[in-house]
Amino acid sequence: MDAGTVLPIVWFFIIGFGVMMYVLMDGFVLGIGILAPFAESDEQLDRMMNTAAPIWDGNETWLVLGGVALFAAFPSAYAVMLSGLYLPVLLMLVALILRGVSFEFRFKTQSSKRLWGICFATGSIAAAFAQGVMLGAIVEGMPLESGRYAGGPFDWFSPFSMLTGVAVTFGYALLGSTWLILKTDGALQNVVFALTRPLVAIVVAFMGLVSAWLPFLSSQVMARWFESGNFLWLAPIPLLAIVNAVALWRAVMRRAEAAPFVLALCFFVLGFIGLVIGIWPNLLPPSMTIWDAASPASSQGFVLVGTVIIIPVVLGYTYWSYSVFRGKVAEDAGYH
Amino acid sequence: MTDVTALLLSRIQFGFVVSFHIIFPAFTIGLASWLAFLAGMYLRTRVEIWRELYLFWVKIFAVSFALGVVSGIVMSFQFGTNWSELSARAGNVLGPLMTYEVLTAFFLEATFLGVMLFGWRRVSPQLHFFATCMVALGTLLSAFWIISANSWMHTPSGYELVDGVFHVTSWWQAIFNPSFPLRLVHMVLAAYITTCFVIGGVSAAYLLRGRHVQGATLMLKLAVAFAAIAVPLQIVVGDLHGLAVHKYQPVKLAAIEGHWETKRGVPLLLFAWPDEAAERNEYEVAIPKLGSLIITHDLNGEIAGLKEVPRSERPPVAPVFFAFRVMVGVGVLMLLAVIVSLVAWRRGRLATSRSLLRAWMVLTPSGFIAVLAGWYTTEIGRQPYVIYGLMRTAEAHSAVGVASVATSLIVFAAVYLFIFAAGTYYLLKLLRKGPQPVAEDMRHPQDKRPARPLSVPEESVEMSGS
Ligand code: HDD
Ligand code: HEM
Ligand code: HEM
Repeated sequence: MDAGTVLPIVWFFIIGFGVMMYVLMDGFVLGIGILAPFAESDEQLDRMMNTAAPIWDGNETWLVLGGVALFAAFPSAYAVMLSGLYLPVLLMLVALILRGVSFEFRFKTQSSKRLWGICFATGSIAAAFAQGVMLGAIVEGMPLESGRYAGGPFDWFSPFSMLTGVAVTFGYALLGSTWLILKTDGALQNVVFALTRPLVAIVVAFMGLVSAWLPFLSSQVMARWFESGNFLWLAPIPLLAIVNAVALWRAVMRRAEAAPFVLALCFFVLGFIGLVIGIWPNLLPPSMTIWDAASPASSQGFVLVGTVIIIPVVLGYTYWSYSVFRGKVAEDAGYH
Repeated sequence: MTDVTALLLSRIQFGFVVSFHIIFPAFTIGLASWLAFLAGMYLRTRVEIWRELYLFWVKIFAVSFALGVVSGIVMSFQFGTNWSELSARAGNVLGPLMTYEVLTAFFLEATFLGVMLFGWRRVSPQLHFFATCMVALGTLLSAFWIISANSWMHTPSGYELVDGVFHVTSWWQAIFNPSFPLRLVHMVLAAYITTCFVIGGVSAAYLLRGRHVQGATLMLKLAVAFAAIAVPLQIVVGDLHGLAVHKYQPVKLAAIEGHWETKRGVPLLLFAWPDEAAERNEYEVAIPKLGSLIITHDLNGEIAGLKEVPRSERPPVAPVFFAFRVMVGVGVLMLLAVIVSLVAWRRGRLATSRSLLRAWMVLTPSGFIAVLAGWYTTEIGRQPYVIYGLMRTAEAHSAVGVASVATSLIVFAAVYLFIFAAGTYYLLKLLRKGPQPVAEDMRHPQDKRPARPLSVPEESVEMSGS
């Protein structure tokens, strides 16, 4: 196998890793915002936001990495995806702007604290929903003509993409609530425990619904999972997901503090792997494969060198910064 | 027809969004280094004033940085949403450069930023200083990569074209393309100068009101000393930059200078009204031969005029011509301010001369104006090309419809105005409050008690107005 065959595979996994990191890490921060309306007081919301204030920016950077790595390694997929999903991308960007500035502005004011709380919540909900819609639209397939997007401005709008939009929003809410279980105590922790129980049930139900619907939408996904005995090989993934869901439920019921968050992360990883298996080796179903979209070896190789060296360093100092802020976040954090 | 309008709207959107973005990096690149300096001085001297100043500016930094980050994310997606043809054809070059920017710069900034803002009491002063340095390094690396990408579009090199797609043949040549080194130096200096004049201007405002006198005098002196080195240097670099434009983008240079005919011994136009339809200038105010002297370093040097190329190859002349004069005008004003300040300093009147202090106050936003004017010169001057001489801006556009782009333009304009207004309001509040004595419970940075992440930027500015 030559570089032109192997490099796109390597890059597919790197970008997959980047996107997954983003989903997990910004997922729980967006989740905090999705749950913001349930905070019982301004102080509770302050505390919820303070659990993420020192780290949200680094988490969001994984999205930027996903975007530009796609730009570098698969430029035509980047071009098709973003121009085809113009309006959902717009929604996501605007939502992320409002969410991001709220972290700063809410703590700078007394009189308009409400306003920034609302921006934080709506920004987080809209960003999560837009990401779910984009995911659904990509999995369903984008119309192409000679490597360029050939659909209309609303092609992403479908029952399935609306479903994934809602599913991702609830999924992030679950990540957020389990994170808050880990980082808080007292009354606030009770609030999030109460929210987590129904969330587990809802998210498992959505995961089932999406997994059941997807094969009927895409013959490729159907073939991947159910033809020529594939299911036997792939069965461990849905099985693990079921085991994981049960363990998550029990962990929440026995009021464990760290296990729910870890298990919620694992649940997301399994779902993500399931999706990727379905669309491989396409980057943009139904017809743009990773090899069609790949940039030449001169570009993919050049970035690969840096990526392989730098990503471990990034993971290292990210770990360090989390450990600086480990432990519960106290009630009065941030007040003098 | 529809296409033309979507293209036009995308250009307006890009110009608007990038102009908004650059305001914040131009300030935060300088501020991050300034904070590293303050933290370093505190470590060395343990004099309380350095820490007061640090804790003051770090709040300003946090707000500007947040605005820089959120507007930057929009930028990196716009290449795909609005300029998908450019992405598909030049992605092999621009994508890797921007990926290196994320890997080396953005992660560094974003991660150490948390420690810098919230870790004051959780890590040792040494580690905290280190975190501040990492953020400053991140901002500089960010400038390195993005200016490289931008410069490549001005002076593409190290590539070959395969079926209309750019493939890189030498990364060294692509990164260090001919216009890159000077542009990087000019931009980083610009960022430092912008910040320097904000610091000087704010200090002058305090001194005029008799507030925070000790800190303000110190900062004003530092600003004057720094500007005395950086501003003359910037003018020299700018002059060299002009020579490079003459060499690589002669049509842009002709627009900058407002020259229509190719001539020897051309004058330097101080003012004129370029008339593109008639291909001539009205109301010229000029200094004979100086144009040739500056650009060719020879009184009789030849400079090509705009008429050398057909109209379809020319940029819009008036915006380029005026934007350049605004930038240089600001540079000259800055130089004057520095000279007068140095004289006043020698006479021991730097912190007391009210007219001088007022001048510094007026110059507070001058760096931002020069930066924007400089970029308008650069970017409008390269039109009608997006990759100079090789790909036209009109070819770079996505196949998105006019309704979509109109929607995004309106939404971005509304959201940006909203957050810009709020951000400016909070910044002004912070500035009005000024540096504060360091609170008692913040005196022990070694303190490693868990919980209570102290929060520098979290303290409300409205609670305790001064
Ligand atoms: C504080 C900001 C600042 C100041 C005082 C100056 N500049 Fe500047 N200039 C910039 C900030 C800037 C910039 C924003 O950084 C630009 C835009 C793109 C670039 O490379 O730098 C720029 C571009 C730019 C260009 C266009 C380069 C191109 O098109 O590729 C020229 C010829 C100059 N500058 C020359 C000067 C001269 C002769 C100055 C003397 C007073 C000067 N600049 C002051
Ligand atoms: C940050 C400071 C910058 C400012 C203020 C700025 C400003 C502008 C403006 C006003 C235009 C429109 C020109 C016209 O349509 O006549 C433009 C075009 C463009 N710039 Fe920049 N620019 C900046 C930096 C960059 C950088 C760093 C890049 C790339 C890495 C870039 C890429 C482009 C592209 C692709 C266009 C073409 C689209 C168009 O013509 O509208 N710019 N810029
Ligand atoms: C079209 C060109 C540009 C793109 C695509 C772009 C992209 C971005 C992105 C995605 C971020 C957010 C990083 C994060 O998540 O932490 C950002 C921030 C930043 N950008 Fe840009 N940028 C552009 C132009 C520029 C220019 C011209 C400069 C300066 C020379 C610059 C310097 C910075 C810096 C220093 C930051 C950190 C945030 C801040 O300091 O405000 N960028 N940019």
